[in-house]
Amino acid sequence: MAHALDHRNAAAEGSQRVAMAGTLAEKVWDAHVVRRAEGEPDLLYIDLHLLHEVTSPQAFDGLRLAGRPVRRPDLTLATEDHNVPTTPGPITDPVSKIQVETLRRNCEEFGVRLYPMGDADQGIVHVVGPQLGLTQPGMTVVCGDSHTSTHGAFGALAFGIGTSEVEHVLATQTLPLKPFRTLAVNVRGTLPEGVTAKDIVLTVIARIGTGGGQGYVIEYRGEAIEALSMEARMTVCNMSIEAGARAGMIAPDHVTFDYLRGRPHAPTGADWEAAVAEWTALRSDDDAVFDAEVDVDATELTPFVTWGTNPGQGLPLSASVPDPEEFADESDRVAAANALAYMGLEPGTPLRDIKVDTVFVGSCTNGRIEDLRAAAAVVQGHRVADGVRMLVVPGSAKVRLQAESEGLDKVFTEAGAEWRLPGCSMCLGMNPDTLAPGERSASTSNRNFEGRQGKGGRTHLVSPLVAAATAVRGTLSSPGDLDNAGRPQGELASATTGEA
Amino acid sequence: MDAFETHTGVGVPLRRSNVDTDQIIPAEYLKRVTRTGFEDGLFAAWRKDESFVLNNPVYAEGSVLVAGPDFGTGSSREHAVWALMNWGFRVVISSRFADIFRGNSGKQGLLTAIVSQDDVELIWKYLENNPGAEITVDLVGRTVHAGEIVAPFEIDDYTRWRLLEGLDDIGLTLRHEDLVADFESHRASHKPVTTPA
Repeated sequence: MAHALDHRNAAAEGSQRVAMAGTLAEKVWDAHVVRRAEGEPDLLYIDLHLLHEVTSPQAFDGLRLAGRPVRRPDLTLATEDHNVPTTPGPITDPVSKIQVETLRRNCEEFGVRLYPMGDADQGIVHVVGPQLGLTQPGMTVVCGDSHTSTHGAFGALAFGIGTSEVEHVLATQTLPLKPFRTLAVNVRGTLPEGVTAKDIVLTVIARIGTGGGQGYVIEYRGEAIEALSMEARMTVCNMSIEAGARAGMIAPDHVTFDYLRGRPHAPTGADWEAAVAEWTALRSDDDAVFDAEVDVDATELTPFVTWGTNPGQGLPLSASVPDPEEFADESDRVAAANALAYMGLEPGTPLRDIKVDTVFVGSCTNGRIEDLRAAAAVVQGHRVADGVRMLVVPGSAKVRLQAESEGLDKVFTEAGAEWRLPGCSMCLGMNPDTLAPGERSASTSNRNFEGRQGKGGRTHLVSPLVAAATAVRGTLSSPGDLDNAGRPQGELASATTGEA
Repeated sequence: MDAFETHTGVGVPLRRSNVDTDQIIPAEYLKRVTRTGFEDGLFAAWRKDESFVLNNPVYAEGSVLVAGPDFGTGSSREHAVWALMNWGFRVVISSRFADIFRGNSGKQGLLTAIVSQDDVELIWKYLENNPGAEITVDLVGRTVHAGEIVAPFEIDDYTRWRLLEGLDDIGLTLRHEDLVADFESHRASHKPVTTPA
């Protein structure tokens, strides 16, 4: 599993990026340079700064110690997501409670808009921004959270930052940044039915490795990407960070514009026309040169799941648990052996035979309405397997309401799943939703690190379709494995392709 | 951050090398939501030993830490710098610092003065013979004065300039506030704001 990047422009590696803007990422970068000086990082303007309770407290404290205000509260937005319980009632964990209360106090003191627990617009920060129409093409978006790459789906340059940088943006609305390299991921052809955005990105990460994107901004291109809905594009960009990339982007097009039109913070009237004219020009030039390229044939993709303890350790669902001895690279071999020991898996076991205890549908990766529709379409008319717990956690309060208006909550609860309140939930288990030691999950989230979903918990990353089918059969499965005799025809097809 | 020209304060001899950031501030103290109050975790494990130098009341007002080589290795946690500064330290003297720690210190206004190990030994002896003695660190002249000892120290020009001017990263950016304001005046009117739509 060596990094399979095709370095078409190896000479540019590590060198200062040339100023002639050719790629989408470079165009957005260049449009935000406040100050450029020889030998210094560029100072970039930040259009939108998102905050949550975990990574912001020390940044606000730094402002207070230095007596500095927030420069642009009107370009800053906070939401409570990582620590919030997904069952009704107050936060019981004292550390979680302090973080949330601190965010509330800070937002009040510095005049930052906050969507607290229970608010109609509360939710996971990366679900809330796009749904409000705040994330728009050509913007720079930052947040003290690595999955900020999600917003790149709109053709925005969006990336996670550390707490010192959060403070810097709060105080100045800018960030000094070192140049990046560009990586094109070309997903050519048409996706087979039942194969989703999640399968695309898990395949890409398995191919280039968790460090394969290091130092790069990825631009996802090709017919299969253009055919994706806005929400599916967000799933792809969301996991760019799992390949080590700084950010992931997709050029805006009519799908993007259709998604944005009419959203609360989208431009209107003459502003809308001006914006669309500007956004339409936001694409990589035909002769733009990327520092590296990766080609993926969409027609060959199948449902993809992880078997190990990093997002790059994945295989098609039809494969078997790999034998560590078969890895050519020594460090891959050791990593695989360690992963199998932690995961409690034997080489050669068909992935479809792996039995799970918990299924989690949710997170900033797959907690949007289309994800819930896809999962609901699969479980409809079925029961969650005996001994399996299925948690469905909408990405935001709005997603939850929408799902309930479509009756999806009933589909889930009638199948025996738990319908929860919005938040990050079991993606990282900062709230009470965790795996017990040794427990195994099929999860639509983004990280299968040791202990991520709870101490000793074992995570298989999957798409919403695979998650739902797995809940029904109790072992890793795709919808095609279910006995759908007697179910109305066409039900699955309408909700499962994630196409625009 | 405050401008730094010279500092005079009680010198604390820490006869240890490879002082890593887990020793400076253990992980259990990282759950806090502030960047103040970390002095209670500073060298927490070592302070359980009664003979540890910081447990000696004559060093209660200590503000210049004189340590062995390779100070600040290990984790990149910014809390290590906060903990030292929260305690009251303004200067750490050592013959060698870990890069990330030195970078973090420069950003927060903690002076890391690189003094030869021979001079560190002399300063240690001076401080141990004169517990509670003050030493002076002159950033303008790049010298440490301890009794009769005058020891030169190294610091890179850029960090020295920032400390002399009292500029942290944010302060540096704010020097270009006119450019930021100018950029803002040209932003497209259709760009969104988070205030009620």
